[in-house]
Amino acid sequence: MSDTRHGGDRPTPRTVLRGARLVDARGDHGIHDLWLAGGSVEGIDLGGDAELEIDARGLVATPAFLDPHVHLRTPGQEEKEDLASGLAAAAAGGFGTVVSMANTDPVVDDPAIVADLAAQAAALGLARLRPAAALSVGLKGERLADYAALRAAGAVMITDDGIPVVDSHLQRRACEYARELGLVIQTHSEDPSLRQGGVMHEGAVSHELGLPGNPAEAESIMIFRDCEVARMTGARVHVAHVSSERGMRVVEWFKAQGAPVTCEVTPHHLTLTDEAWRAFDPVIKVAPPLRTADDVAYLRDAVRRGVVDCLGSDHAPHTRAEKDRDALRAPFGLPNIEVAFPLLYTDLVLAGELDLARLLELLQGGVARVMGWPAPTLAAGTPADVVLLDLDTEAAVDPAAFLSKAKFSPWEGRALRGWPRVTLVAGRVAFSRAR
Amino acid sequence: MTAATAGAGGARATAAPAAGSPPTKHPRHLLDLAGWTAEQVHALFDTTDVMAQVMTRTIKKVPALQGFTVGTLFFEDSTRTRLSFERAARAQSADVISFAAGGSSVSKGESLKDTLKTIDAMKADLYVVRHAAAGAPLQLTRWTDAAIVNAGDGRRAHPTQALLDAYTFRTVFPGFAGFEGVELAIVGDVAHSRVARSNVELWTKLGARVRLCGPRTLLPDELGGRPGVTLTHRVEEAVEGAHAVMALRLQTERMAGGLLPSLAEVRERYQVTRARMRLAHPDALVMHPGPMNRDVEIEGVLADDPRSVVERQVANGVPVRMAVLYTLLVGSR
Repeated sequence: MSDTRHGGDRPTPRTVLRGARLVDARGDHGIHDLWLAGGSVEGIDLGGDAELEIDARGLVATPAFLDPHVHLRTPGQEEKEDLASGLAAAAAGGFGTVVSMANTDPVVDDPAIVADLAAQAAALGLARLRPAAALSVGLKGERLADYAALRAAGAVMITDDGIPVVDSHLQRRACEYARELGLVIQTHSEDPSLRQGGVMHEGAVSHELGLPGNPAEAESIMIFRDCEVARMTGARVHVAHVSSERGMRVVEWFKAQGAPVTCEVTPHHLTLTDEAWRAFDPVIKVAPPLRTADDVAYLRDAVRRGVVDCLGSDHAPHTRAEKDRDALRAPFGLPNIEVAFPLLYTDLVLAGELDLARLLELLQGGVARVMGWPAPTLAAGTPADVVLLDLDTEAAVDPAAFLSKAKFSPWEGRALRGWPRVTLVAGRVAFSRAR
Repeated sequence: MTAATAGAGGARATAAPAAGSPPTKHPRHLLDLAGWTAEQVHALFDTTDVMAQVMTRTIKKVPALQGFTVGTLFFEDSTRTRLSFERAARAQSADVISFAAGGSSVSKGESLKDTLKTIDAMKADLYVVRHAAAGAPLQLTRWTDAAIVNAGDGRRAHPTQALLDAYTFRTVFPGFAGFEGVELAIVGDVAHSRVARSNVELWTKLGARVRLCGPRTLLPDELGGRPGVTLTHRVEEAVEGAHAVMALRLQTERMAGGLLPSLAEVRERYQVTRARMRLAHPDALVMHPGPMNRDVEIEGVLADDPRSVVERQVANGVPVRMAVLYTLLVGSR
């Protein structure tokens, strides 16, 4: 994944991260100086002169995170987010690489758009962008997009994310064709006819509040189909944002049979429930919807047991005005990439539910495995994509300070630990926050 | 089910505060009835009695709300409810500004907040809000200092309708002696009904029991979770011994949405009819929140029967809403 063009022609200073605790998939290596040069990790405790010296005492240095699922709204919806704001937000969240979804305007179903996105993002020198491309032309669910040309232009994933593929025949053909090209298919698994106009999880809360419900079975039924087609075709299928116990049980059932499926969960489905709707703030309107406390508990357990391959933020920015519409008309999606790690570190790791190593795996090696990339480590010669995490200082979520254009959050005011201090991508500082 | 539970004694124990004691502090808004105590509701009904008396005078106007401005914000059309509120405001000498959002900038995607901010520049003291989305009136409370009265939000709540239904029962049921032991049957499309939700909330709060009845497609089990509420899919079971039977409007688009079979089958199984009313308490009232589909959810001739109080419900809408406006604008000062 090393990208020599990343950051354009700007020089890459020889950099030392002094006194960091080095943690990667190989283990906790203790406190060392980590040296970076020429866009790669140079080694540990080396000598010589550093052009840039970063005081990393008290911080954890670990490979920058990978996110298989973000919406950067470019092209066409730059009022919500653009590449500069979205990739800066990603870097602020500790992410060095993100996969952008194709539900833009125009849709990313054209190799020229893929190439243009990749080139624009590389010039910014923030987080790396790896575009996903559409499964169907125009996300219309009718004709396959040109996967080979899209891959050649840089597309790393095929998905109509945001719009479930209704036509099972199309899903089958997409899987067959993507398999021959070695591309992973990501699915937004919800049955639209069962989901209907649901804006929140269907259950006791939706019936009480009188909001149209979207039952968990709309998800589990479609996950079943998508996994069955994966098994049938042998294609690698990645189930996005599994939100319910029923849906997760279906994924587990297929994994137990050796079907080529992987899955992700989002930070919001791991930390919020449908009870949040009682405040009637559409900020928490997401698809699939926030489920019950039982679902959250099941997802967390699935994370612990290793059923969940990785986290996907599904960072989905909108304008504040769009989220100030009523519950029926506000759009689905919330911004979360800047708080994902502190949120999960605080609510899962500090709460004693999950090891730090497992959380890092979900953000590093797990994503790499899903995407077919090498697992990131701090070994010499690997790309110098590194995040410095401050696991000790507590700070409240302040959406006004987000680098994303979407400056609102359901976690506003939450006191969290685990804030990224510095994110380096290709050996250059892509983000830094004062202590 | 005994037939005598509702009439067991003389005057209702009044919940009105003793003279000289401070009035009970009621919520600042009327979004639903969750934050209101039974005592506060009874106090509101006592105020309604006064307002109802005003409406019998030759000159049906008092200066109680002179100098106040009431805005009606109807993001969803409802001429009847809007007129009832506007009458209630003007009968107390309040100024009224009206905003009907159908076909305006709202349908072009303007945010709820922006719409309110525009209207709010006109400085009303209280807004009466009708909206197709549950929770919209609650959202509005975040962006204005004015009081908000919910005039119906999606399927969620229609508190003044429930208040006027209960007030009507209180004033019309022979020998009324409180809501303890009263059985209310609500029949029809409960799932989509804000009227049903608010009546369940209010009548159980006042001590009555509520039976909800409809086909399973329109009556999810989750609605039976509240104490004092039972569910049934047999209309005879719902009506038997009930002191009031409320039929809900059945929208014909429910058939198209696959929620119901033919109209004929719905009539056969769920229509509130004279024959079925014979199973009810001998003095049982027939209620309907309107607008009625005669011979769909309610047998047409039953709507004109002496025990039908449909017109009384409409008439009581004005004094109930007068009391609500008065209580929120003046009652707390």
